[in-house]
Amino acid sequence: MELSDNKTNNLEIILATDCGSTTTKARLFKKIGSEYRFVCTGEAPTTVEAPFEDVTMGVRNAVREVEELMGIKILSEQGIQLRHSSKGRGVDLYVTTSSAGGGLQMMVFGLTRSITGESCERAALGGGAIVMDIVSLEDGEPVYKKIERTRHLRPDMVLLSGGTDGGNISDTVQAAEILKVSNPQARFGESFSLPVIFAGNKSAREPVKATLVDVFALKIVDNLRPTVELENTDPARDAIQELFMEHVMSHAPGYDKLMTWTDIPIMPTPRGEGTMFQTVARMERINVIGVGLGGATTNIYSTFDGKFVRTVSANLGMSYSICNVLREATLENILRWIPFPIDPTELDDILANKMIRPTTIPHTLEELIIEHAVAREALRLGLDHHKFLARGLRGAIPKTLLEDTFGDTSLLKSYIDMLRVDLLGGTGGLLSHAPRRVQSSLMLIDGFQPQGVTRLIQDSVFMFPHLGVLSSVNPKIAYEVFDKDAVIRLGTCIAPQGIPENEGEEMLSIELHMPDGNIRTENLIFGDMMRIPLPVGEVIDVKINPNKKCDMGAGPGHELTTRIEGGEVGIIIDARGRPLITSTDRETMKRNLLKWLTNLKAYPEEDLKKYAEMNE
Amino acid sequence: MSFAFTPGLSVTKSKIVRKERVLPIAGEVLVKKGDTVLAETIVAQASVPSDIHMRPISYIVGCEPYELPKIMKFKQGDFIKEGDLMAETKSFFGLFHTEHYSKYTGTIELISTVTGMVAIREPPVPVKLSSYIPGKIIEVTENLAVTVETHAAFVQGIFGIGGERHGELMTIAEPDEALTMDHITKECAGKILVGGSIVTSEILKKASDFGVKGIIVGGLRRDDLNKYLGYEIGVAITGQENITLSCIITEGFGEMRMAGHIYDLLNSHNGRPASINGATQIRAGVIRPEIIIPLQDTTNIGEEETLTYGMVIGTRVRVIRQPYFGDLGSVAELPIELQAVETESHVRVLKVKLEDGRVVMVPRANVEIME
Repeated sequence: MELSDNKTNNLEIILATDCGSTTTKARLFKKIGSEYRFVCTGEAPTTVEAPFEDVTMGVRNAVREVEELMGIKILSEQGIQLRHSSKGRGVDLYVTTSSAGGGLQMMVFGLTRSITGESCERAALGGGAIVMDIVSLEDGEPVYKKIERTRHLRPDMVLLSGGTDGGNISDTVQAAEILKVSNPQARFGESFSLPVIFAGNKSAREPVKATLVDVFALKIVDNLRPTVELENTDPARDAIQELFMEHVMSHAPGYDKLMTWTDIPIMPTPRGEGTMFQTVARMERINVIGVGLGGATTNIYSTFDGKFVRTVSANLGMSYSICNVLREATLENILRWIPFPIDPTELDDILANKMIRPTTIPHTLEELIIEHAVAREALRLGLDHHKFLARGLRGAIPKTLLEDTFGDTSLLKSYIDMLRVDLLGGTGGLLSHAPRRVQSSLMLIDGFQPQGVTRLIQDSVFMFPHLGVLSSVNPKIAYEVFDKDAVIRLGTCIAPQGIPENEGEEMLSIELHMPDGNIRTENLIFGDMMRIPLPVGEVIDVKINPNKKCDMGAGPGHELTTRIEGGEVGIIIDARGRPLITSTDRETMKRNLLKWLTNLKAYPEEDLKKYAEMNE
Repeated sequence: MSFAFTPGLSVTKSKIVRKERVLPIAGEVLVKKGDTVLAETIVAQASVPSDIHMRPISYIVGCEPYELPKIMKFKQGDFIKEGDLMAETKSFFGLFHTEHYSKYTGTIELISTVTGMVAIREPPVPVKLSSYIPGKIIEVTENLAVTVETHAAFVQGIFGIGGERHGELMTIAEPDEALTMDHITKECAGKILVGGSIVTSEILKKASDFGVKGIIVGGLRRDDLNKYLGYEIGVAITGQENITLSCIITEGFGEMRMAGHIYDLLNSHNGRPASINGATQIRAGVIRPEIIIPLQDTTNIGEEETLTYGMVIGTRVRVIRQPYFGDLGSVAELPIELQAVETESHVRVLKVKLEDGRVVMVPRANVEIME
C-alpha cells in the first residue's frame, strides 16, 4: 500500500505496535517542536491463543495503556482512529510488525534421516522453523504411522526433499504420495492450502508436482542435496521465509482485521529488527552483530564486510521454547550462570512452568537471574547456529571429501570473526526490560563472547521492530527516533582473544586517557572483570597491551591504540580470556560468577552478599 | 477504569461441549445426524494406506533394470502374496536360473525400469474412530467427520501427556497430598484417578502397569516427566506419546496443591464416567488438556462459554508465578502507574487480596482469571 506524500510528510502522532509471540507492545511517537521523539509505551499479553484467538484484542489492550498514560483517545469500536477522519482524535499513522503465532512449525520429509533428513532440517532451521517432526522413508516406522503423525501435528509448512539430481525418482515420489494421503491440515485457516516446498531431485519435479499440486500450495526450488557431497539449503530456506510471510502469518487469528487497521502491510518482526541493525552497519560502515531475543525465537543478524545474514533459531526462545534452550544447552551450562544454590530439579520446574505459562514475568530476583542465565545460553546457541549458516561456499561444500576424508574443515568455517565485530546490539523483551543496563551488557558479553574492542548497544524499550516498519513510510522520522530514543549506548567491551599460559598471569594492561585529562592505568589478571564508568557521548583514547598469548586485533602480544566510546554502563574490561572457559566445579564457578557480578554491580549488592553467604 | 485481561483455564460446572471427530483420510461415516452415541461408539472408519516395501529386485535376481517387466511374474497393480514367485531369470539355455519369492503380501505399486526397484504396498489398515464423548451427533461431513454434542462439566488442565481415554473418575487423594505408590491399587484399573499435589515417574509407571486410564493431579516434576517418557520435552506439544495412560496436571511443574475449585468439581463427580485428553500445544492456536464429564441432569445447562475480557476490582484470580504461585484471591486494586517489584523492574501490577487476608502486589502478567 502506498501512502500519499501528504500523509507521509505530515505526521505528528504515530502509533506502532509489535505483536510478539508473548507480548503485544505499543509505542507512541510524537512531533515535539521540530523533532520526533518516542513518548509512551503500552504492553499487554498477545491474544492469538484461545479463548480469545484474535490478535487485535491484545493490540487494543496495549493501546489502551497508552491512552491511559497519555490521556488521549486512540481506539474506536472499529479499531485505531485516524486523526484526519475522526475530528482530531487518534493518530496520524498506524503501523505494526508481528511475530505472533509462536514461530514457524514445520514438518520435514526426506528419504534418509542422515542425508536428506538432516539437510532438510538445516534448511528449515535456517528458514526460522521449529522442526516438529522428521519423516524419512527408512526410519522403520510403518507408513500408516507416518500418516497418523503427519495428520496429527498440523504443521504450518512442509519441506519435502529426497534424491540426488538425476537419480532415482520413485522414492521421492513415494514420499510425496505419503504426504498427499496424509493431507495434513494447516494450523491456521481451515480453508487455505498448506504450503509445501519441494527441494529434491530435479528429475522428480514433474511427478511430484502432479502428485501434490491439487492439494497443497506447492513451491518447487532447487534440490538442497543435488549430489551426496553437496548441500544447497539457500533456495529452500528463502522459500520457507517467503511462504511464512505470505501464507502462515496472514492466516493467524485476527490478522484479517488487523490488516484493515494498519496504513501499510504488516511487517514480520525479524525484518523490522534486521532493518535497524542493517542501518547502523551501513551508516557507520562497520561490522555488526545484532540479536532479537524473543519468547519463541532468537533472531541473529550480522552485517560482515557488507554482507547481511539473518538467522531465526525458532527453537531457542525465552518462553515458549525455554525448555528447548534447556535441552540444547544442558542444565549444567545454565547452572554455571546462577550464583546461588538451587536444586537442579527445582530449576527444571521453574523453566517448565515458564514454558506452559509463557506470558508471566519474574517477580523475584532469583527468578530474574535464572532467566538471565538461560538467555546467555540461548544467545550462545543462537550465535553457533548463525555461524553455521554464515559461512563461505554455502551450497557447494564437498562435505564427505573434505571433512571426512581429509579432515579439512576450512571451507566449513564461518566468516564471522568476533575480533572484527565492531558493534554488538541486542533487542527483545528480556534484554530491553533488564532492570539494570549492565545486566543486558553482561548477557551479550557472556552469550556472544566478543573479542578485541566491541561497542555495545541495546534497544531502550524494545522498539527496533516498530522503527523498522516506520522506516518503510518515513525513514527520516524512524532514524531520528532510533538515534535519540531507541538506541541505548551501553559502552565498550574490551576482551583479549586467547588464554595466557598460566593461571594468575597478567591478561592485559590498559592506559585510558579519561575525559578529565587524567591517565588511568589498569592491570588485569587472567579471570578478572572490571567496569570503568564513562558517560554516554564521551570518546577517549586507550592503549591496550595484551598478554603475549593474547590478541586485541593487532596480533598476539601487540599493543593496540584506539578510541573507545562510553555509555550508560561504561567500559567493561573482560580479562576472562577467549574462548571463555568456565569452571566445571560448581562451587568455584559460583564464586567466580559472584566476583564478576559484584565487580560490575550487576544486581543489588545486598542480594549478592546474601548469595555469597548461602554458598559458604 | 484500568483494564486488563489474562487468559484463564476453563473450569465449568455445566456447558455444551461439541467435538468434531475427523478421519485421517476420507472413509465411511457410520452414524447419522440425530443418533445418540456412547464414548466408545465407532462413528467412522477408513482404510489407511499401509506400509510399502521397496526391494531392488533387478539386483537380487541379477538382471538389468530394463529387463524387469520380462522376468517379473506379476504386473504393476497386481496383488501378490508372501511366498509367491515374484521374479525368475534363466541363463545358459535354461540351465541356470534365479528365483525370487515375495516376502510381503500386498499390491505391486511400482516396477521401476530405471532403478530396478519393486514396491509392494501391504493391504490397507482399517482405522476406527470413536465418538470420544457420549452424546448426540449434530453434524455429519460425508465420508470424513462428525460432530458430537453433549452436556458436560468441563475442566482444562495446564499441561498433559497422552491421548484420548475414557474411564470412571476415582478420587484417591486430597488436593494437597503427595501421591504415593500406596495410592495405586488394583481397584484403580480402568479408572481416571483424581487428586494429589504431585505424581512421580514411578507412580505413573505403576499406574500404567495396573491399567489406570488417566491421572489428574496438581503437579509433576519435569524430571519425572522425562523419566516416564524416556526423552526430554523441549516445547509443549504433546498428545502422541506411546503410553497407556494420560496424565493431566492442573497447576504446573513441581509439587502444587490442586486448586480447590478444580478438585471440588472433579470430586463431586467421583465414580462418574469421563473422557480426558492430555494433548497440549502451547503455541498460538493453543490446545490445553481437557476433562469432559457428561452430565445426566441437564436442567441447569450453562450458557455457551463466554470469554473473560476484563479484570476489575473483585475479579477472582489465581497467582501463577512465585513467590505466591498457586495462591487464590480477588483483585483489590489496579494501579495505572508502573510499580517497582523485587527484581527492580517497573511493571504493571495489581494488588490481590489473598484468601488468607494478605494484600500483595503482583505483576499483572502473573495472574490468571478464574472462570
